[in-house]
Amino acid sequence: MQAFEYIDAKTVSEAVALLDDKGEKARILAGGTDLIVQAREGRRTLDWMIDIKSIPEVNVLDFDSETGLTLGAAVPCYRIYDDEAICNAYPGLVDATKIIGGTAIQGRAGVGGNLCNASPAADCIPPLIALNATCAIAGPNGEREIPVEEFCTGPGQTALAKGEMLVSLKLLAPQQNSSSYYLRFIPRNEMDIAVVGAGASVILDDDKQRIVSARIALGAVAPTPLFAEEASELLSDREITDDAIGEAAQAAQAIARPISDMRGTAEQRTHLVGVLTRRALNGAIQRVKDTG
Amino acid sequence: MARKSHVQTTINGETVEFLCEPRQSLLEVLRDELHLTGAKEGCNNGNCGACSVILDGRLVNSCLVLGAEIDGKSVETIEGLAEPDKLHPIQDAFLENAALQCGICTPGFIMSAKALLDKNPNPTEHEVRYWLAGNLCRCTGYDKIVRAVLDAAAAT
Ligand SMILES: Cc1cc2nc3c(=O)[nH]c(=O)nc-3n(C[C@@H](O)[C@@H](O)[C@H](O)COP(=O)(O)OP(=O)(O)OC[C@H]3O[C@@H](n4cnc5c(N)ncnc54)[C@H](O)[C@@H]3O)c2cc1C
Ligand code: FES
Ligand code: FES
Repeated sequence: MQAFEYIDAKTVSEAVALLDDKGEKARILAGGTDLIVQAREGRRTLDWMIDIKSIPEVNVLDFDSETGLTLGAAVPCYRIYDDEAICNAYPGLVDATKIIGGTAIQGRAGVGGNLCNASPAADCIPPLIALNATCAIAGPNGEREIPVEEFCTGPGQTALAKGEMLVSLKLLAPQQNSSSYYLRFIPRNEMDIAVVGAGASVILDDDKQRIVSARIALGAVAPTPLFAEEASELLSDREITDDAIGEAAQAAQAIARPISDMRGTAEQRTHLVGVLTRRALNGAIQRVKDTG
Repeated sequence: MARKSHVQTTINGETVEFLCEPRQSLLEVLRDELHLTGAKEGCNNGNCGACSVILDGRLVNSCLVLGAEIDGKSVETIEGLAEPDKLHPIQDAFLENAALQCGICTPGFIMSAKALLDKNPNPTEHEVRYWLAGNLCRCTGYDKIVRAVLDAAAAT
């Protein structure tokens, strides 16, 4: 691997000051499952790796049924799916944490790193968008928050400015009669990159016959993960019928701009957007019904 | 060359100190500096699991951890499993089931299996297969390996 300096940052302000000072040549190290691979392959030239795992704020995993979830940027996947309350509250996000790599990858890889790496196919991003997550960012000019759907700006590109880092993700407390679901299509059973991913969250009425509101997000069909806004709005205050779900799936297909590559053709991906959007919505609806 | 880090850590229950360059992975440190050559390098990018070790109780790929990161932490490797006169039950089960041929994947599979059985002493076959999905074997085939892990679970 190329030579670089390793710094074990102890506070957010220390990490931010280093990032601000070193610029492009410094990268944050969380679980390293992207960064170490990229450094080894020479895909990133970097002189500084700033380890954030000793910083308390990025290790926070705090769920409260009234105030919601604060998910520190360096919390690895296993801590999320090992937490039963979080599994019940945000099953769509948990779906994604369970399919990233295998067990050993999940011991290190985090949701925050998955987001900051900004791969169009990253599995955590569609469920974060579907769950309306907010990014808490710290930088030289203080703190700011942005919705997760504004975070990725291109493949590997984010809204983080020079000196800024992601501190945590914030998710609202789940509402009554709500749930979420994420799934992807891959040719293998495990250990593969999404050909298409779809996440959905729904809030149903008390009778569980109508959708009060829904949010749908797509992965691997555009340079960034997409919030399918129109498709989501089509489901506002709609009776749950195959037609309604089908209309949303069609609207999701309309915003997909997939490419053809070794994993699949654009045509196949567009088809899959329809199939997976329906399954994600039905999966989320079923979860609400199952929880009685 | 970057400054070397001084690292103090616990490996298989013993305190160990070493110097490493920041760019050296835990796998490189184990093999090249500490001469613990049980963990193997297959892919060096997180896909094969041959380098699996247990870091603070969690299974990780040592090729995707920096040596500098393990200061103050605790690492378990395949070398720590057997007692002087007795193999670990998972090792016995691998032998009994002929769950290895060339053996390069074996230390990784055994550490992965240990991490599973430490957490879930009675896994189903499905759970074993799912847990081991990040470990690849190119010669034995997976059935014997899965059976060995289930036998080890039954034996302990
Ligand atoms: C074998 C293997 C299989 C995989 N399978 C999947 C898969 O199925 N699905 C999937 O989505 N991904 C998969 N991945 C990638 C996945 O492991 C990563 O995307 C992971 O989630 C990134 O988290 P990390 O903590 O390891 O981040 P790191 O590698 O530490 O960081 C990732 C990037 O984000 C930056 N960064 C990290 N934290 C911050 C922060 N707080 N602020 C600013 N920048 C930050 C880093 O500088 C780096 O550029 C796989 C990886 C491997 C090696
Ligand atoms: S050598 Fe580490 S996973 Fe293959
Ligand atoms: S025994 Fe040869 S790779 Fe598994």
